[in-house]
Amino acid sequence: MLDQVIFYFFAAIAVVSAVLTVTRRNAVHSAIFLITALLATAGIFLQLRAEFLFIVQIILYVGGIMVLFVFVIMLVNLDVAVRQMQFARQKWVALLISLALAAQVGLMLWSSRNMPGQGVPVLSAVPADKLPPNSEEVAKSLFSSYLLPFEIASVLLLVAMIGAVVMAKKRT
Amino acid sequence: MLPIGHYLFLGLALFIIGAIGVVTRRNVIVILMSIELILNAVNINLVAFSRLYGDVAGQVFALFIIADAAAEAAVGLGIIIAFFRNRETVLEDEMDLLKW
Amino acid sequence: MQAVTQATMEFMKEYRTPLICGFVIVAVLPLIVGYVVLVERKIMADMQARLGPMRVGPHGLLQPIADAVKLLIKEDIIPDDADKLVFWLAPVLSVGAALLAIAGLAIGPAFQIAQGINIGILFVVGVSAMGIFGIVLGGWASNSHYSLIGALRSSAQLVSYETAAGMALVCGLLFAGTLNITSIVQAQYDQGIWFGLLAPVAFFVYLVASIAETNRAPFDLPEAESELVAGYMTEFSGFRWSLYFLAEYTNMIVVASVATTLFLGGWLRPFPRTHWLTWKSTGMDFFDFLPALLMVVVGAYCLARTPKQPVRVQQLFMLAVAGMCFAAAAVLAAPVIVPFVKPSLAAAVKPLYEGIHGGFWFICKVGLYIYFFMWVRFTLPRYRFDQLMRLGWHFLIPLSIINVLLIGIAMIIGSYYHLNGWWLLLATIPASIIALIIALFILALEQKGQPQKAAGAAPDSYA
Repeated sequence: MLDQVIFYFFAAIAVVSAVLTVTRRNAVHSAIFLITALLATAGIFLQLRAEFLFIVQIILYVGGIMVLFVFVIMLVNLDVAVRQMQFARQKWVALLISLALAAQVGLMLWSSRNMPGQGVPVLSAVPADKLPPNSEEVAKSLFSSYLLPFEIASVLLLVAMIGAVVMAKKRT
Repeated sequence: MLPIGHYLFLGLALFIIGAIGVVTRRNVIVILMSIELILNAVNINLVAFSRLYGDVAGQVFALFIIADAAAEAAVGLGIIIAFFRNRETVLEDEMDLLKW
Repeated sequence: MQAVTQATMEFMKEYRTPLICGFVIVAVLPLIVGYVVLVERKIMADMQARLGPMRVGPHGLLQPIADAVKLLIKEDIIPDDADKLVFWLAPVLSVGAALLAIAGLAIGPAFQIAQGINIGILFVVGVSAMGIFGIVLGGWASNSHYSLIGALRSSAQLVSYETAAGMALVCGLLFAGTLNITSIVQAQYDQGIWFGLLAPVAFFVYLVASIAETNRAPFDLPEAESELVAGYMTEFSGFRWSLYFLAEYTNMIVVASVATTLFLGGWLRPFPRTHWLTWKSTGMDFFDFLPALLMVVVGAYCLARTPKQPVRVQQLFMLAVAGMCFAAAAVLAAPVIVPFVKPSLAAAVKPLYEGIHGGFWFICKVGLYIYFFMWVRFTLPRYRFDQLMRLGWHFLIPLSIINVLLIGIAMIIGSYYHLNGWWLLLATIPASIIALIIALFILALEQKGQPQKAAGAAPDSYA
């Protein structure tokens, strides 16, 4: 019961603040609501007993990436931009995309109901102390089965870092 | 606990909101933020399935996605700063030098 | 609706103790912070050969309460062009993050609000890092140039020093092999040595980075009075300003507690496992009497000073302090002496001993760490912003990364030769020294390659 209430609570926050993220006129407000959405997602990770991902979400996403966003928003002064038109004329494309996506997932759920045996599977309600320690599990998986992707990710980050520095540097 | 469909619908909702943001907004920074929303929606699905099958692989891939988001944000924001320095704008339909 | 109330009841029943502890901490912390500020002012006065606040109460002891009342009844000013919502939100965010971080800390083996969380120290670090938004958004919302520049400076500073601090923490975590705070302290007990001694360079990096992260002198660029009025706090007054203040000092307590837990042995006493001094019958040794002895000495000193006080009230006050010290000494000594007198009670007294002495040592170490902060603040002049950034990016971050690598290698060597406890020092101390040398070498190389800027060249205030 507690699980469900927590899920609906965080899900509602996530969806509402996501809507506000894309509709706010001011980019800083957008960023604040995106932070709220990311924190709510972190809450859902915690409800799914993925503690390590929860804290990575907070440290990396909220504490790292979003700080970068806010920093850049303040660096490119947007006083003028706020008063301009904020939405491009692509409403129909947006509607089409969202309808197509919704139809796809609806079809998936509908067809799973007709599948023999199950229907929509329910997550097992294992109490948190019965699960193996999450960060250790993730670490084991990360450094054994997924070592190569891990290294590739580090190379990706290095490349991105160098690229960002080169692009943002003042040409002298 | 909850059926997996709840998490999928949450992921879908976030994904669609993010997609609408990407398509309709003019401000490039907000577009980048909408992309973050989309990546988040994917993360929710991955973690939900990882929990469903009791396999941490999903969480590991969510970690990779977060690392990817960090790289993407760094490069994207670097481009935005460079562009703003040259053209004094961050609106995407004014980035039309290569349009003919 | 019924489901919600039921879930709330369930939640209340399961987490009653943490909830009550949380409320108590939120209620008591402002008072503690007020007295930390008083102590800071007294130490500053002492270092500058003054008396400090003396008016309110004996020796200015009621000053924090007077300050709090003054701040609370001040007019609440919101600038006209400010972004009202964000202006309201920012200080709350700042203080909320700082308070939330406290939930993860453990003061003793039993005193932890969020008990046994798997991600322990990461939770504390990550949540307290969220306080940066309070600063940035507050500076932006004030719609003032001073505020904005202060906010940008502070966010740049926090982000860059967090990397170094995180790498330093990784060093300690390598020794501990776990993120759980209780297990980290237990690991230090098993090794018989504090991790700060095993990895002195990592401790040093964390020390410097934590001063920068709490925006304190000599790294208090975001609120440099001579340049930026009060930085991001310029437009804030009264209660909102006091929230920022509360957040800053709470953050100090948090970083001090993290350093204490990881590098200074948490609630363990110095030399946590000494066998050569132990009385076999009770398992107690000399160091267990140290806290009580310390309190007796302080009390005796107060008693000796009593006749020299000029005013009757102050004499009484000194007597009261001495009495409190003796009472504390009695409380600290009781669980140690009881096993000698009545061996049958030894087991019953054990948790009491752990709680009281653990709390004593933990608070002592946190206090010393914060004292060090203040000492540095009143000793060193403020850095320039580009100097600060250079120190962070060109020295501390390479140093911490190299240190992690070398400490890792040292640990492999140590496990190859089956070194542990104090013997592990043989491997880690050379590693730390080599890391320091390499980092200094890199710094020297960079400065040689880079021509010195002309003296008049304007430093880049953002980057």
